[in-house]
Amino acid sequence: MGRYVARRLLQMIPVFLGTVTIIFFMTRMLPGDPAAAMWGDKAADPAQLAAFKHDMGLDVSKWQQYLNYMGNLFTGDFGKTMSGRQVTDVIGEALPVTVRLALLAFVFELVLGVAIGLFAGLRRGKAFDKSSLVLTLLLISIPVPVLGFVFQNVFAIQLGWITPTVQDSMNLGQLILPAIVLGSISLAYVARLTRTSIAENLKADYMRTAVAKGLPKRKVIGTHLMRNSMIPVVTFLGTDLGALMGGAIVTEGIFNVKGVGNALYHAINLNEGATVSGFVVVLVLVYLVASLLVDLLYAVLDPRIRYA
Amino acid sequence: MRGASQAKWVVAAVAVALAATACGSGGSSSGSTGGGASNAQGTFSYQSTEPQNPLQPANAMEVGGGRVIKTLFKGLVDYDPSNGQLRNQVAEKIETTDAQNYTVTLKSGWTFHDGTPVTAKSFVDAWNWSANVKNNQINSDWFSDIQGYADVHPDEGDPKATTMSGLKVVDDTHFTIALDGPVSYFEYKLGYTAFSPLPDAFFTDPAKYGQSPIGNGPYKFVSWEHNKAITVAANDKYAGVDKPKNGGIVFKNYSQADAAYKDLISDNLDVLDQVDPSDLASYKTDLGDRAVDQAQGAIQSISFSLYQADWKPENLAKVRQGLSMAIDRDTITKTVLNGSRQPANSWVAPGAMGYKDNTCGEACTYNPEKAKQLVTEGGGVPGNKITVLYNADGGHKEWVDAVCNSIRQATGVECVGDAKPDFKTARDLIKNKKVNGLMRTGWVQDYPLNANFLRDVYGTGAAANDGGYSSPEFDRLAGEADKATSVEKTAELYQQAEAQLAKDMPAIPLWYYKTTAGYSKNVQNVKYDSFGDPVFTQVEVKQK
Repeated sequence: MGRYVARRLLQMIPVFLGTVTIIFFMTRMLPGDPAAAMWGDKAADPAQLAAFKHDMGLDVSKWQQYLNYMGNLFTGDFGKTMSGRQVTDVIGEALPVTVRLALLAFVFELVLGVAIGLFAGLRRGKAFDKSSLVLTLLLISIPVPVLGFVFQNVFAIQLGWITPTVQDSMNLGQLILPAIVLGSISLAYVARLTRTSIAENLKADYMRTAVAKGLPKRKVIGTHLMRNSMIPVVTFLGTDLGALMGGAIVTEGIFNVKGVGNALYHAINLNEGATVSGFVVVLVLVYLVASLLVDLLYAVLDPRIRYA
Repeated sequence: MRGASQAKWVVAAVAVALAATACGSGGSSSGSTGGGASNAQGTFSYQSTEPQNPLQPANAMEVGGGRVIKTLFKGLVDYDPSNGQLRNQVAEKIETTDAQNYTVTLKSGWTFHDGTPVTAKSFVDAWNWSANVKNNQINSDWFSDIQGYADVHPDEGDPKATTMSGLKVVDDTHFTIALDGPVSYFEYKLGYTAFSPLPDAFFTDPAKYGQSPIGNGPYKFVSWEHNKAITVAANDKYAGVDKPKNGGIVFKNYSQADAAYKDLISDNLDVLDQVDPSDLASYKTDLGDRAVDQAQGAIQSISFSLYQADWKPENLAKVRQGLSMAIDRDTITKTVLNGSRQPANSWVAPGAMGYKDNTCGEACTYNPEKAKQLVTEGGGVPGNKITVLYNADGGHKEWVDAVCNSIRQATGVECVGDAKPDFKTARDLIKNKKVNGLMRTGWVQDYPLNANFLRDVYGTGAAANDGGYSSPEFDRLAGEADKATSVEKTAELYQQAEAQLAKDMPAIPLWYYKTTAGYSKNVQNVKYDSFGDPVFTQVEVKQK
């Protein structure tokens, strides 16, 4: 298993380099000149434009810029924003916020999603199952912005329980509502995946054996049923963690959360290639680590899966 | 147990992953806003965005930084927010006899927030530094009227000098300014923040200064939490005429105007900059008498690409007037724009000195029959089809479509909007003169004088002359206006230059911007100036 982990870590390197390369050229190919745009409606001063481009390292060929960028990346230098701040500082401020938001959403969808799916799967065809199907269908079909605005209107404007936007982005309590909005669609998928998986495995031979052996019900469900049913759910949850981090743009915008989504939105608006690729680099890492964890978890859940 | 040993690996991997992603949990501890014991000490929050540049007066062109700078610095003069008139601040008096050589006398008693006095040197050093091409200040061309500007800011290569020959310090309270030529309204320009003084502390470490500026204005800098908020506090030693009536301002960042609006109506944000388009229809009912709807010194227009052979000024003026006449401004501003704009009938926004009502005359009045007739008489539109270039990210689609509809119905000319994904892309095409047809243009005043709407937008080669308009007659009249010895005379002469625009119609004025904003129940006496900014110092925080 140690060898497997090492190999997976090594495999991450080309994937990482490839994604970073692609995102570098994609962000630098966006139309519009970010330097000239600083002058707004007015014409840019040619001398200053040149000086500015020189400062930002934009006055050399794209390939040279790429080499410089990659070289700096490995020394931990993600470049500078147009206002002269280190991109790592910007990431360092935004990432903890989004990690909190994403983890809250993750816990929400994991706990509630698996619970709903488990009960629905065990009581297939009953009232709870049917209502959970309707509820999850509803959640899947409502776009995140709509859900966000509805929650904002109901809980903040109508009921006045909370403030419409998050006043302190590091406050976990204030992040709960945005996290629920963010995690709601995934919650529906988790619940449905769990339900199907549970319902299918209920009919499996090993379940009959376990019941025939006279094992207590808790053990039958907890050890035998759950463990085998969680494999597809874990696969989904693993990729979803990355999706939650990157997909927070809309939710963070609605609730004015100062996280990755907000910073990315700002950077894309200003055409700040360095900031955009910096964030993507971090998100790629999150995805890679999450998918590694998923693969490793398989073996825990199902010992028949072996690593060579 | 096999499962257990593998679980160990997972735990290890989780630990590594967490260590890699746990980027510290140092929380921010922003103080709560509002709720001060007495009115004068109360702070209020204001909707803002992250500044694009470090906070230096000559480096703030966009509103995110510009508004903060305006509260931190005060120059020689500023504009009285109640009527837009020039008034002295640090300047005791500014004298000239020929509109070219100025003698400035400073008031004594002004200090920077670090306690150092504001002297003639504070101004001259600041201007020299800001104009220097090496220092890369985005507003440096504001100093281009001053003698010797070309030495510190050549078009190419290194500067030949570090100081402009036109600036001379006489003593602590006097300095002189010599311009390259007469600019009668130079005093008006001096109200722009780029002309603010800088303390000695600035020159020792400009980069550090830009993160925590020391100004001489009504507010002192407190903190800048990047992407979150900027906080300023009232400066109790402020020597200006506009002493703050509140304890300070928190400039809260919002990436979406709608989120700010929601905060405002639930009193979590105190003063708004502009209601977002989706809430325009309801904001007056939501806010009642706290809703603001007033004129702003900004105009929206569509310009012709006169640099293209298709649109050369002399032969197609009639067509251009006809197209202007084909636009039903009243209906579009009322319906499509929810009354957030006011139909324009001149090229200068009301409120600016020298604004003259109806200089556009008949050409800006909706008249479909006459419009069609003029377009036909003028020889028609090239290809009988026009496009209007605009940026799709600024909420312009609706009105561009409406304008095109109006033109199509009135004249039969095919008209379509030409959307570019964002502002930068559209500006790139416009600046590089790659447009053929019409383009969305607009102007927000730098200072409330008609010269700013005319000379800087329609003068030959002017920085904002997007359409490439060049009229010897307009340039002659503008040149004469610049030589006048009083601002009043200048404004009057510029009205003559504006009359030339009515003849040539290089751009169609559509409507003036309005400040559609509002404030929360926590504050009162919120007024807006013609720049669309709240008069920060006047805002009163209610007793709680």
